[in-house]
Amino acid sequence: MYELSNVSKTYKQRNRLVEALQSVDLQIADGQMVAIQGPTGGGKSTLLQLLGALDRPSSGTITLGDVDISSLPDSKLVEIRSHKIGFVFQTFNLIPTLNALENVEIALQGEKISSSARIERAEAALASVGLSDRTRHLPSELSGGQQQRVAIARALVKNPEILLADEPTGNLDEQTRDDIMDLLEGLWREKGLTLVVVTHDSAIAKRAQRRLVIQAGKIREAS
Amino acid sequence: MFLTYLRRELFGRRKQTAIIAAGMALAIGLVIIVNAFSQGVQSAQSKVLESVYGVGTDMTVTLTPVAPTAPSGPQSFGFDRNSGTNVSGTQKVSQSRLTGGIGGGQFMPTSDLATVEQTTGVKGAAGTLALQNITFSGQIPQAFQVPLPASGAGGGPSVQKMQPRTKLNRGGTNGNGGSSFNVDRFSVLGVDLSKTAVGPLSAITVSNGVGLTSTDTGTYKAVLDSNYATSAKLSTGGSINIGGQDFSIVGLVTPSTSDSSSASDAYISLDVAQKLSGNADKLSTIYVQANSNKDIANVKASLASVLTADTVKTQSDLASSVSGSLASASSLVSGLGYWLSIAVLIAAFLIAILFTISGVSRRTREFGTLKAIGWKNRRIMAQVLGESFIQSMLGGLIGIGIGLVGIFAINRDNLTLQGSASAGSLFSGFGRRAVAGGANANGFPSPVGDPATLPQGAFGGSGRRSVETVQTITMHLPVALNVILLAVALSIVGGLLAGAFGGWRASRLSPAAALRSVN
Repeated sequence: MYELSNVSKTYKQRNRLVEALQSVDLQIADGQMVAIQGPTGGGKSTLLQLLGALDRPSSGTITLGDVDISSLPDSKLVEIRSHKIGFVFQTFNLIPTLNALENVEIALQGEKISSSARIERAEAALASVGLSDRTRHLPSELSGGQQQRVAIARALVKNPEILLADEPTGNLDEQTRDDIMDLLEGLWREKGLTLVVVTHDSAIAKRAQRRLVIQAGKIREAS
Repeated sequence: MFLTYLRRELFGRRKQTAIIAAGMALAIGLVIIVNAFSQGVQSAQSKVLESVYGVGTDMTVTLTPVAPTAPSGPQSFGFDRNSGTNVSGTQKVSQSRLTGGIGGGQFMPTSDLATVEQTTGVKGAAGTLALQNITFSGQIPQAFQVPLPASGAGGGPSVQKMQPRTKLNRGGTNGNGGSSFNVDRFSVLGVDLSKTAVGPLSAITVSNGVGLTSTDTGTYKAVLDSNYATSAKLSTGGSINIGGQDFSIVGLVTPSTSDSSSASDAYISLDVAQKLSGNADKLSTIYVQANSNKDIANVKASLASVLTADTVKTQSDLASSVSGSLASASSLVSGLGYWLSIAVLIAAFLIAILFTISGVSRRTREFGTLKAIGWKNRRIMAQVLGESFIQSMLGGLIGIGIGLVGIFAINRDNLTLQGSASAGSLFSGFGRRAVAGGANANGFPSPVGDPATLPQGAFGGSGRRSVETVQTITMHLPVALNVILLAVALSIVGGLLAGAFGGWRASRLSPAAALRSVN
């Protein structure tokens, strides 16, 4: 369970301070599917990065379970990202020189498992997103939807408790968008994940159990 | 997975890999060629020096020249005007003298050799006495012989002092009373025949007849430089007059290191040379071999401290005496080649570093993603370091290939350089060639040709005699394992340096900032 208490995040941008988040208080229960909406620059991605232990708040505390991740050193944050959290990005962020299987395998790089076990898990993850027949394809040889499926497989191969998706369908057409959301929703239900989706798309947001809106760094429940 | 990612990145980013590898290859290739060239030049210099100083000679000891304290006056030839036969008023003369330093006082005592041999770190030493044999032959008109007080080192009646012309009878138109003579000279080296491991004897090989051995000590036997023997029309089995004494020519020698002239025209036993030249217990040069290369500096310092009147020179000191195109090549290598190598190497390192950092900047989002999915900083650092290392090693291997091809090409072309080395010892001024003289209308001897072309000190006075050998050396660039290892080491250093900079930059990236990057 996430618990954010009075969290603020300030950036220095071209000699001026930008308050991306202002005194945010938020709780997200385990296994919940949450959609975060809001205008561009409203703080959605910043909140997602704080939830994903990619950054620390300027003030306030963020606890994940019983761990205060806002004050952990980098080495501990890496451990949390490695074992508990999966990320899906709008631009997929696949490594262009690696094929689909290797892009998934790379997420298991820190795991102390054999090469064959790593390949087996990566193949299983790709199979779970319906890409068993595309394992040897480079990202450039895959469609946008397929690339996002590879990215989802990469996020899930470590069996995380939390899946954070930043505009996961932002670069996809409507049909592919629905396919990807069906996939995410199915995996959420199947694995009991905590799923936080940042989106502009109200159609996607409506599929979530809970909808939040961030505007000018302040968060509120959507009506 | 690490190697897979590495391989894919290197293949996927071929342009960057090619540029870094090419820069490194160029630098490594240049370093190898310049290094090999430098070693080739050093080897050539050693060959030139060995022909003069002997194989294995680490140092030479010579007397430090000192200026005469009082004017000694013009130098005397020291020939006996009354010797020879008198025919129709003309005295026919043919005499040989073996001459040494100025007034016989510019040589070291043989006790210096004992001092050298007792010095710690000296493996062996050999003393030599370098002399000039001067043969005066021809005819002199009686009227030219004006009784004069004895002068010069030779003592006794002398004909060298030129008197005012008004006192002399001039040669007649029929030739009676005119003078005609030749002054012929060649170098003679007195060598200790029991010391063959160090010194000039170690630098010559017998090409005809036999060489001198320790049993020839004290005998009138000589071996001649084959080039000199050819020019003087002498051969094994014949005889040669040295210092007024006939010597049996038992053999001809050539330098063991090249096909040029050896250090002397004639080699005779040291004790005989000392006796005939009136320089008993005197040496001109002591050739010293140290126990090992590491001892050379210490031995030099020890000798310099005990032999205060002498000059001690090591091979590296002697290298400066090498002249000719070999010296030009040496200065080119040590100057331009050395700095060019360093400049290209630095440029290659900078290119590798800049391209690696640039590559990291282009891959900011990639590294941000890897951090987001749990990659530790040290793993990212290892990835960048590994890529950079392979790129540099690839460049290094290509560079070794370029270097080897360059060395092969230079060796194939048989590049030749000329070098000469001079082993200085003080002599009264005669160079190594015959000087013919004849009487002019006034009955004065005059050298043939333009006096300006004569060797310094050719007549009278004193000059520094040089035993100089000009050699044409075919350059051979060695392929040394240590140079190859140096190239590999430089590649590793270049790769690690570039990788360290790039990896450090990548590991310092904030994952959140990296993911916000638009790359």
